[in-house]
Amino acid sequence: MRVSKLIGTFAVVSLALVGCGGETNEPTTQTSESTGTGSSSAPEETGEEPQSPDYQIGMAFDVGGRGDQSFNDAAAAGLDRAAEELGVGFQEAAAETGEAETQREERLRTLADAGFNPIIAVGFAYGASVALVAPEYPDVQFAIVDSDAASTPGDNVTNLIFAEEQGSFLVGAAAALKSEAGHIGFVGGVEVPLIQKFQAGYAAGAQAVNPDITIDVTYLTQPPDFSGFADPAKGRTAAEGMYQGGADIVYQAAGGSGGGVFEAAAAAGAFAIGVDSDQYNLVAPEIQPVIITSMLKKVDVAVYDFIIAVNEGTVESGDVIFDLEADGVGYSTTGGAIDDISADLEAFKEQIISGEIEVPTTP
Amino acid sequence: MQFDPRRVALTLAAPVLALVAAVAIASLVLAAAGDPVIEVWRTILQPPKPRNVVNIINSASVLYLSGLAVAIGFRMNLFNIGVDGQYRLAAFVAAVVAAQGWLPGVLNIVLTIVVAMLVGAMWAGVAAILKVTRGVSEVISTIMLNAIATALVAYLLRKASVQVAGSNNIGTAPIPEDSRMPGIALIPGAPNEVYGFVVVAIAAGIAYSVLLSRTTFGFNLRATGRSESAAVASGIDVKRMVVIAMLISGGVAGLVGMPLLLGSAYSYGLTFQSGLGFAGIAVALLGRNNPVGIAIGALLFSYLNEQSNPLQILVGVSDDIVKIVQGIVVLTVVIAYEVVRRYGVAQEQRKVARELANQRRRDSEEVSAA
Repeated sequence: MRVSKLIGTFAVVSLALVGCGGETNEPTTQTSESTGTGSSSAPEETGEEPQSPDYQIGMAFDVGGRGDQSFNDAAAAGLDRAAEELGVGFQEAAAETGEAETQREERLRTLADAGFNPIIAVGFAYGASVALVAPEYPDVQFAIVDSDAASTPGDNVTNLIFAEEQGSFLVGAAAALKSEAGHIGFVGGVEVPLIQKFQAGYAAGAQAVNPDITIDVTYLTQPPDFSGFADPAKGRTAAEGMYQGGADIVYQAAGGSGGGVFEAAAAAGAFAIGVDSDQYNLVAPEIQPVIITSMLKKVDVAVYDFIIAVNEGTVESGDVIFDLEADGVGYSTTGGAIDDISADLEAFKEQIISGEIEVPTTP
Repeated sequence: MQFDPRRVALTLAAPVLALVAAVAIASLVLAAAGDPVIEVWRTILQPPKPRNVVNIINSASVLYLSGLAVAIGFRMNLFNIGVDGQYRLAAFVAAVVAAQGWLPGVLNIVLTIVVAMLVGAMWAGVAAILKVTRGVSEVISTIMLNAIATALVAYLLRKASVQVAGSNNIGTAPIPEDSRMPGIALIPGAPNEVYGFVVVAIAAGIAYSVLLSRTTFGFNLRATGRSESAAVASGIDVKRMVVIAMLISGGVAGLVGMPLLLGSAYSYGLTFQSGLGFAGIAVALLGRNNPVGIAIGALLFSYLNEQSNPLQILVGVSDDIVKIVQGIVVLTVVIAYEVVRRYGVAQEQRKVARELANQRRRDSEEVSAA
């Protein structure tokens, strides 16, 4: 019968989908085993373990969650490291595309009601909900990544913000120094102010080296379509166009779509620049040679430092700025492709830190 | 029409059957993924806190308007997939207009709503004109118009936005305090309030019901939906009906973003809720285009969304399971209605056959007795 076949097919598809999701989402509650007690206890018992602090960390991810190989993963890395060192448990939850503002608020409240403290919200999308929920739980310390104190104020809110444009300036300078064609590209995931900061810094850095340089700019999608952060095929197509048009180095700030840019670079025999993490270490060995450097946005360090500060009772609310001076942004040198120009880049870095160069935040 | 218990039972059987089947299939999915089935259902079925009840009503009001917009098209055999683009463009333009504060207080709210309906109707009207003049399927054109609306709003948002220095969010200027729609403290013990716009949503449902079943226009609309050739034969101007139905559908779509704009967000920004138009299609299907049915569908979807939110935190199960349940519910509803309909038709046929047989027997008995 047609109907039963339909149900059967749907069930199989659902199973397959859940199977995929299950692999990445499985360890939602984890406990560290470095507490010295030697007991591998169930997650629920974490709080009872001797010597381990009597709190658990809550983390609310942006869309994509753990496993996006980019922004969320960087936050997760900081969380993992801190949780392991301190021997505390944690719980995480991820946002859905197209969810209501109240769902973000409820996610934070559920974490707070369940006793998680501190609570870290990853991404500016949580800006309004943290501002609303934090005053309801004055004893809980909140942190928000990518939303400053003007947007997300609160006596118990730490705003972890980054000077992405400064790091991007340095990789822009690197691109201009390494480009033989005098023609480079930028692939942004979604055209939002956050990613425009990457573009602005990149262009300023490239022009500081070569005022006549040609810079192609493409964004993969427009908000509210955020698929540009998770669509390698789009990234590949965009980068292919740039390489065919004569660009020889493309910088991508496109989250999960960045892999496509690297593939296009490898196919074209050209080069690319990674973002957020040191992506040289994350890609397949045959792709590695195309990544000359990565702009580092050390969300992991910010998250780790925040948790440690909470643990030591030294946490402060308000803006904590991660810029070049604080080593919160920077560039990677893994692979050695930019070793020959490191003196130039360090000189630019000094000029930015001293304020001699002011990097624009809008293109 | 006389009260027929069998008929009532059949009508209720379909949604109940669908829900039971959906829960069973979803449980199988959960079990296959190695997740705690009982815990998941316990979390979803636990009584919501007053605060959550308010959230459920609020998001149901949004889904309800979206479902109505889709249903108006459905009754005409028009598949308006473009509700998504229509409501986003409408909400954006309305947010810009509302923020100007040209009119004081309530008048500004009325202006905002009118602007939203006009923009929604206009965007749907593009698809309607393409359909009646060039024969372009509204399915294709509205999907394309969704993409265009996305790009258009993204472009205009950057022009019209006010950005707090250093913030990574952008949005239109907030609408003045006196033109925000006050909430209703409907649920005792809840710190939050039900959107004032819920009243408008209910009124829209009543208007939809009256329009369809009590007016000539509604009759023409349903007649065209049932059979276009029959409608033409009986003198209905089908092209005119297509344009009007699309305009009304788009106008209602324009209302979808209003509860959010006037009741909680007060501006249109990057985090304004998206995807409501597609959810509306599922809700309209679930409610069988019936105004009360759509309301139940909207409440069910928003209940599932709200109750599943803590799943990840409390049970350690991805709340994607609810997306799966919602998908299964829509499928099973469609299937269950068909199964129940066939069963009803078969019952009817058997009943008629039995009565005919009885009558024939009586006739032959009379003949033989004579």
